[in-house]
Amino acid sequence: MSAEASPKIVIVDESPIRAAILEEGLREAGYTGVVHISEMQSLLARIYALDPDIILIDLENPSRDVLEQMFQVSRAVRRPIAMFVDQSDAASIQASVDAGVSAYIVDGLKKERIKPILDLCVSRFNAFAKLQDELDRTKSALEERKVIDRAKGILMKLKGLTEDEAYVLLRSTAMREKKKIGEIAQSILTASEILK
Amino acid sequence: MTTPLRIGFIPLCDAAALIVAVDKGFVRDEGLDVTLVREVSWSNVRDKLNIGLFDAAHLLAPVAIASSLGLGHVKVPITAAFNLGLNGNAITVTPALHAAIMEEIQGDRLDPMATAQALARVVERRRKTGAEPLTFGMTFPFSTHNYQLRFWMAAGGVDPDEDVRMVVLPPPYMVESIKNGHVDAFCVGAPWNSIAVDLGIGHILHFVSDILVRAVEKVLAVRQNWAEKNPDVLAALVRAHIRAADFIEQPENRTEAAEILAQQDRIGVAAEVIQRTLDGRLKISPDGTFRESSRYLLVGREGADRPDPAQAAWLYAQMVRWGQTPMSADALKTAMAVFRPDLYDAVAGRAGEPVEAPDPIGAFAGPAFNPADIAGHLAAFRIGRQSD
Repeated sequence: MSAEASPKIVIVDESPIRAAILEEGLREAGYTGVVHISEMQSLLARIYALDPDIILIDLENPSRDVLEQMFQVSRAVRRPIAMFVDQSDAASIQASVDAGVSAYIVDGLKKERIKPILDLCVSRFNAFAKLQDELDRTKSALEERKVIDRAKGILMKLKGLTEDEAYVLLRSTAMREKKKIGEIAQSILTASEILK
Repeated sequence: MTTPLRIGFIPLCDAAALIVAVDKGFVRDEGLDVTLVREVSWSNVRDKLNIGLFDAAHLLAPVAIASSLGLGHVKVPITAAFNLGLNGNAITVTPALHAAIMEEIQGDRLDPMATAQALARVVERRRKTGAEPLTFGMTFPFSTHNYQLRFWMAAGGVDPDEDVRMVVLPPPYMVESIKNGHVDAFCVGAPWNSIAVDLGIGHILHFVSDILVRAVEKVLAVRQNWAEKNPDVLAALVRAHIRAADFIEQPENRTEAAEILAQQDRIGVAAEVIQRTLDGRLKISPDGTFRESSRYLLVGREGADRPDPAQAAWLYAQMVRWGQTPMSADALKTAMAVFRPDLYDAVAGRAGEPVEAPDPIGAFAGPAFNPADIAGHLAAFRIGRQSD
């Protein structure tokens, strides 16, 4: 950080985990004035009360449109804010939209001060998306394991098969039907529910 | 060989022609493989269209113009060769504000001048008692909703920037905001007005067609340079949309269209609520009063799907009136050139039906709108934020 004071940054994000990951990253990089808003009611009033230099918002948040009002001159809006859009830097806009984050800055803040913050956001958002993805995959793999185990149990009981034989039957059926083992297992569970 | 396209939309009934064109297979018949992407904000739709993540989008007509002029955001010229419809918005007020307006009203409660003047008296009375100014929700600074609310209340003597608060609210938050008292009224598209009425927390005060007979709402937007590079793809897309609009306008298809739109990954609300919009028969009061209008939402009839540059000029005039941009003849020309009836006509294989002359807008107040005389239009209204 240079001798200039650390800009005040507001993170608008309904996901507390992602906001925490981003906040931590910003603090590590030396940005001390970071506030997280997770409540969308009266968003503009809260932002004006905090009077930030930079606002970061995730793109899944419908309140992005609320922030657009900050560009307008009206009774409700006193301080001009601009979106961080550098026409010369299409790659950076693309990267931020891909990552799912958007930045708004007060007029007059220098671009070179924004860029590292936005880059940091993009990498943290991407890291979060990767984590989320891994978590989802682990969860669904676990779910599928459970379903397959239960389907095996039903086959073993109804057809007098061993566990290995039940699995082979599931797998060969899946291959023949061009479906996943999990899907075949799920239909066995559904059928056995109905036929109970 | 099919052409893959990604098209963004916001879950609203006026995306009807787009959703039906895709889900009825009309785009596939044209050799297009369209993926519809549901979005949560107009800012996202605009940005993803601008940077090329979307090939086309269901877009607020004023955003298409603002984007072409570089207002409020980066300048990316947009082409609109198909109009997704006319009208379709409504103004909903809380039961308390409804009662206050009805107490003050002199004249017909469907007459927007009578309600606007009653609103002015409500505002004045609140000021005297030191009550907080009324808050009106709308969807975006560059939105028809913003301009329609402003046009209406200003005609009755209410200054939208001084006498009340105008706030942007994402449509999914409108109902919640009226329920918890954050807003006293809102202007939004279907189905949100009906949902507020069904919940017993709102009265539909006006259909926007009370305020403007013909008001362009959403357009099928593409980037101008994309349109120039892909004229055949655009023509195919417009052809599929014209077919979809014709389909929706056949009364016997309404139920099927409503069911298509109601799907969870499309608009995601009950088909019955959507059909009320398509039929123009809306419950306007929690007591079960219905109101029917042949002008509620026009998808394809009366030439509604053909882009009309006069409509673009009217929207541009509102941007000037409310201080979003200074008046410039060049900008007006650019705004009008966003709407491309010539491209529409080339696809439709017919010259467009002439719009009911002499007034392409049919506003309830002020002189007939003449795109060649924006200054005259602006001079006719006392309240405004016009900068020189």
